[in-house]
This record gives sequence, C-alpha cells and structure tokens, in this order.
Amino acid sequence: MASPQTTSNAVPKSSANQGFVYLPLIAGWLVPGAGHFLLGKWGRGALLAASVVGMFVIGLAMQGQLFSNVHDILDLLGFVGDLGNGLLFLVGRVAGLGADQVQITSQDWGTRFIEVAGLLNVIAAVDAHNIRTGRKAA
Amino acid sequence: MQISHFSALALFSLFASTVFGITMRDTPKKMLRYGIYCFALFVGSGIVVSWLMYFIAH
Repeated sequence: MASPQTTSNAVPKSSANQGFVYLPLIAGWLVPGAGHFLLGKWGRGALLAASVVGMFVIGLAMQGQLFSNVHDILDLLGFVGDLGNGLLFLVGRVAGLGADQVQITSQDWGTRFIEVAGLLNVIAAVDAHNIRTGRKAA
Repeated sequence: MQISHFSALALFSLFASTVFGITMRDTPKKMLRYGIYCFALFVGSGIVVSWLMYFIAH
C-alpha cells in the first residue's frame, strides 16, 4: 500500500516562515521595508525603505500635499495613494506636514511623489507577503 | 525645495525603478538588469514625450 504523499512545493519551515502569515504584509505597509526585514532580506529591505522614504521626504520637501479632505474622485485616488505610506502618512498628518493647497508646479510634483511612494510601498509589502508564502523565490 | 523638471523625472525614475527591480525579479542580477531597464524606459519616454509636447506647442 502506498504511503501518503506530501506536496513537493510546500514552503520550507524556518524561523522566518513561522507565525502570523500576514505579518510581513502589514509590517511592510506600516513601515517601509519592514516586511523584508522580518524575512531576513536586509539588503532588499534597506533599498525599498530608502526608495519609499526618500520619495516621501522629497515630496514633502517640494511642499507636496497630503490629502485629508476628499472632494472628488481624483482626491479619493490621491488619498488612497497617500494611505499606502502607512505610518509615514499618519505621522505627516499629525505633524501637520505638507501643503494645504497646490499652487506651483513643484508642489504638484511633490504631491505625485508622495502618492507614488505609497503605491510603491504597497507593491513592496505585497512582495514581502509573496516571499513569506513561498509564491516568490527567496 | 525647487528642482527642475528633469531632476524630478530622474529622481522619480530612480526610486520607482529600484522598487520595480527588487519586487518583479527573483535574483540580484535580474533585479539590477530590470531596474536599469525600467530607469531607461522612464527617462527615455519622458524625454520623447517632452519633445512631442514641444513640437505640438510650436
């Protein structure tokens, strides 16, 4: 009688692959690069953190806008992009950073930088989740 | 902080390409190559579209 077979593509058990499966995803969203740090991917995490935080800070330095009031669909999309920054966005809002209104071109650039930093952070967090679940090769 | 359009484009391309390279490929060598490829496409397409808009405006 044949013995029960195990799946050959099962995720190997290691210290990085134990615990709550969504932790790298949530940590990566809240703190840029943290998802990869939790998985021991220090180099990738540092580069991702530098990219996301750098883009966010440069966006603020260009006096970009942090969305808080949603008036139309474009504001809503911008707000969703900003939310992708996780704690960076919350700290920025609490500290009163960012311009209230966009008046010059560089402020528009800054606003886009902040939004895209959030979207890139979501991509990085999902990447950490894929590594955690074994969907992407570590 | 006030920077030129091209500087903003270059910075944007650098950061986005870094994240794309790391997240879309598996090995460090492929990540680097894909990151450079994305950076070249970002900057190149930005320059091409800029010239197109220049000729449309003139």
